[in-house]
Amino acid sequence: MAGIVSYGAYVPPTRLAFAAIGGREAKEGGPEKAVAWNDEDAVTMAVTAAVNCLRGFDREQVDGVMFACTSHPFEEKQGAALLARALDLPRTVRAADFSGSLRAGTGALRAAVDAVTAGTARRVLVVASDCRMGAPGSGLEMNFGDGAVAFLVGAADAVATLDACHAVTDEIVDVWRTAGDSFVHSWEDRFVVQEGYAPGIVEGVRGLLAAAGVPASDFAKVALYAPDKRSHGRAVRELELAPDQVQDPLFGRLGNTGCSFALLQLAQALETAKSGDRLLVASYGDGAEALALTVTEHLEKLDERRGVGWHLERRRGVRSYDRYLKARSLQTTEYAASKDPGLSATIHFRERDADTSLVGQKCRSCGAVQFPKQRVCETCFTKDEFDRYRLSDRVGKVLTYTFDFFFPTPDPPTVVTICDIDGARIHLQLVNVAPEAVTLDMLVEFEFRRIHQSGGRPNYYWKATPQ
Amino acid sequence: MSRDSIRDKVAIVGVGCCPFGENWDQSPSDMIVDAAYEAYADAGIEKPQEQIDAVFTGSLYSARGPHECSDALKLWKPVTSVSNYCATGTDAFRCGVMSVACGLYDTVLVVGYDKPKDRGVAGPSVVMTQVRDLPQTPAGWFSICASRYFDKYGASRDDLARIAIKNHHNGTLAPNSFLKREITLEDYKKARLISWPFGLYDCAAQTDGAAAAIIARADLAKGYREDPVLVKGVTVFGGPNPQKDPTMDFLAWKPTIEASKVAYEMAGVGPNDIDVAQVHDCFSLTELLTYEDLGFCEKGSAKEHIASGRFEIGGELPVNTDGGLKSFGHPTGATGVRMIYENTLQLQGRAGERQTPGAEIAISHNIGGYPTACGIAILGRV
Repeated sequence: MAGIVSYGAYVPPTRLAFAAIGGREAKEGGPEKAVAWNDEDAVTMAVTAAVNCLRGFDREQVDGVMFACTSHPFEEKQGAALLARALDLPRTVRAADFSGSLRAGTGALRAAVDAVTAGTARRVLVVASDCRMGAPGSGLEMNFGDGAVAFLVGAADAVATLDACHAVTDEIVDVWRTAGDSFVHSWEDRFVVQEGYAPGIVEGVRGLLAAAGVPASDFAKVALYAPDKRSHGRAVRELELAPDQVQDPLFGRLGNTGCSFALLQLAQALETAKSGDRLLVASYGDGAEALALTVTEHLEKLDERRGVGWHLERRRGVRSYDRYLKARSLQTTEYAASKDPGLSATIHFRERDADTSLVGQKCRSCGAVQFPKQRVCETCFTKDEFDRYRLSDRVGKVLTYTFDFFFPTPDPPTVVTICDIDGARIHLQLVNVAPEAVTLDMLVEFEFRRIHQSGGRPNYYWKATPQ
Repeated sequence: MSRDSIRDKVAIVGVGCCPFGENWDQSPSDMIVDAAYEAYADAGIEKPQEQIDAVFTGSLYSARGPHECSDALKLWKPVTSVSNYCATGTDAFRCGVMSVACGLYDTVLVVGYDKPKDRGVAGPSVVMTQVRDLPQTPAGWFSICASRYFDKYGASRDDLARIAIKNHHNGTLAPNSFLKREITLEDYKKARLISWPFGLYDCAAQTDGAAAAIIARADLAKGYREDPVLVKGVTVFGGPNPQKDPTMDFLAWKPTIEASKVAYEMAGVGPNDIDVAQVHDCFSLTELLTYEDLGFCEKGSAKEHIASGRFEIGGELPVNTDGGLKSFGHPTGATGVRMIYENTLQLQGRAGERQTPGAEIAISHNIGGYPTACGIAILGRV
């Protein structure tokens, strides 16, 4: 039976204290939200969540990518294709974007299971990621958090099978963002909850229970999307869920992560689930969609995943609202305003193996690994005798470093390193580390990030991060 | 390969150098004319149209290429434009020397110049043609040896400070330098960081400038002036990007080591024969590594030689007597020729307060790129 074979999450380590938004001094342990930093967006978070999901799985077997996102940096240009290239998936992979609604995440997961069930795909990667922007000072700004979650969908070895689904579709202008607008808007919050969210999510869940023919009490955990803590509590009460059935939506820690929100809770439920547990996940947006899953014995065999719990441990508090505004390009700066034509799309195309996939080569003659692709081996000088060699999922070490105070960033210095990855040497920025903690020979992994916005487009590359 | 084949065949018979600095009101042509006409006068050339056989120019930022120099000087002559990163000036000189040594020309004008201050940015341009090009700035890529070198040999910013202080001091003695200001250790330590371990005073300034040299067949040189300076050896070295080089140990710059081997062999001298040196100090650490890479001292021992004052004016081997890139700034194409200008004055005993008494052999050195390119010229008194 088709279902989830693996999962992984990504939550940016940067946390913005609510107090900082209000200009007050942030206290340790106070409410906060996860925020993508200046080199992150919905795509970079999606790639890292997918890398975490695919750890230990053969990427060659993936034949579908579905990317759910309402905040993809491109209105035209596929996110799934960018993901597929960053993950170095086979060229024959089927790719689709799901967008326009916070239901996109569950919609993509359901579509993937449908495809596997129908036999039109074997292994589909589903990634839901959002990095939505509330206007500075607005209630939505306080509400929104950023995060991504990925599921590998397959048949034979599912750790959780999808048993039943139910969808309700409605037309309501409660929360929206028009084309070209950076910020999400909403109608009066009482209307949004009373006529939109509350009846919608309850109708979706009750419809599912009816379709599955089981009572709510059968579910070990229920993961509900909710726009805020209060609405979540209200939905829990109406559905008469017992406290231990409710998956903690982590308000005040992660924030409302959009179309990945309910699915991040599902991932967290899987982190502690046992074989036989029934799980329910429901999302809301222009209607509602609810999915019922059953955990199988395969879950125990799945290697430990980097899920929500793993990411909650990695935390870097940001106490300055000003730095957040800079990081999110919400403040006019000279650098952001610079108008240049951007990188050559021709070169980007030609270099996509190196830049987007972090793929180098291995010399067939001497075995030396090198990056990027080049014609003549730098060790034995053999010409044109190489095999592709993916570096993005390897572990490297820092050979040398410097702290660059000139590179434009909201929080200099930028740590710049030369890393050795299986013998290849790459000049990379090192993130998620305080300068004083950088040491020679420290071990690093690699994360897909925005390197700059030349030409007003996000330009992506890889950065090192401590293992 | 006969490495001594050009030794003593070519002589410098005139040099010129315009004031380096933020030459807002000067065009590249203005600076080229100032430097070239000073060199003409120095060589006693009154009719360049008749006396100059060919022109070699070096510029990295020039938008107009070789035409810029021909047009400024109104020379209807063969012209060659050379570009080789920060070794551009030395390479233009080398090409000129080879053309004379082979007998093609008798007298050649070499002009190095650049005008980076017309670009509206304070630092060097960072060309963004790929995403891989911008995890760094030049200070970033020249500092990559610091962490390993400091770790292995126990050097620190204190050693770099002495180099910066020395070059600031020397700059106060050079009429054409940009920065004529002494700095103290306290100034050095208080300055903001650019790219660790480089603070503001570890970095060369960005300036406009032009320098020129007139070279001639050695047997004709005394027809221009009584004290021509002989070209003993001149070479450039280029290599693959050291950032990717699997043999790079981040303790030395290979281009300098390789180029110096060739240059010393060409000149028939060794590091112990050098009386005065102008080396590439785009950043203080570059100068420190160069002491070792040119063989002035053992690898890892630079800090002791710095502490002893050996490389100061009045020391055993003065380095960057005019204040170097630190004080002159680094108009890329001009720098190598500016060094040749200073070494020529040193060998002719015309360097005033900066003079190294009795200097007979002088070396100049550039390193540029990532760094991948190195240029070295060794000159000697007749």
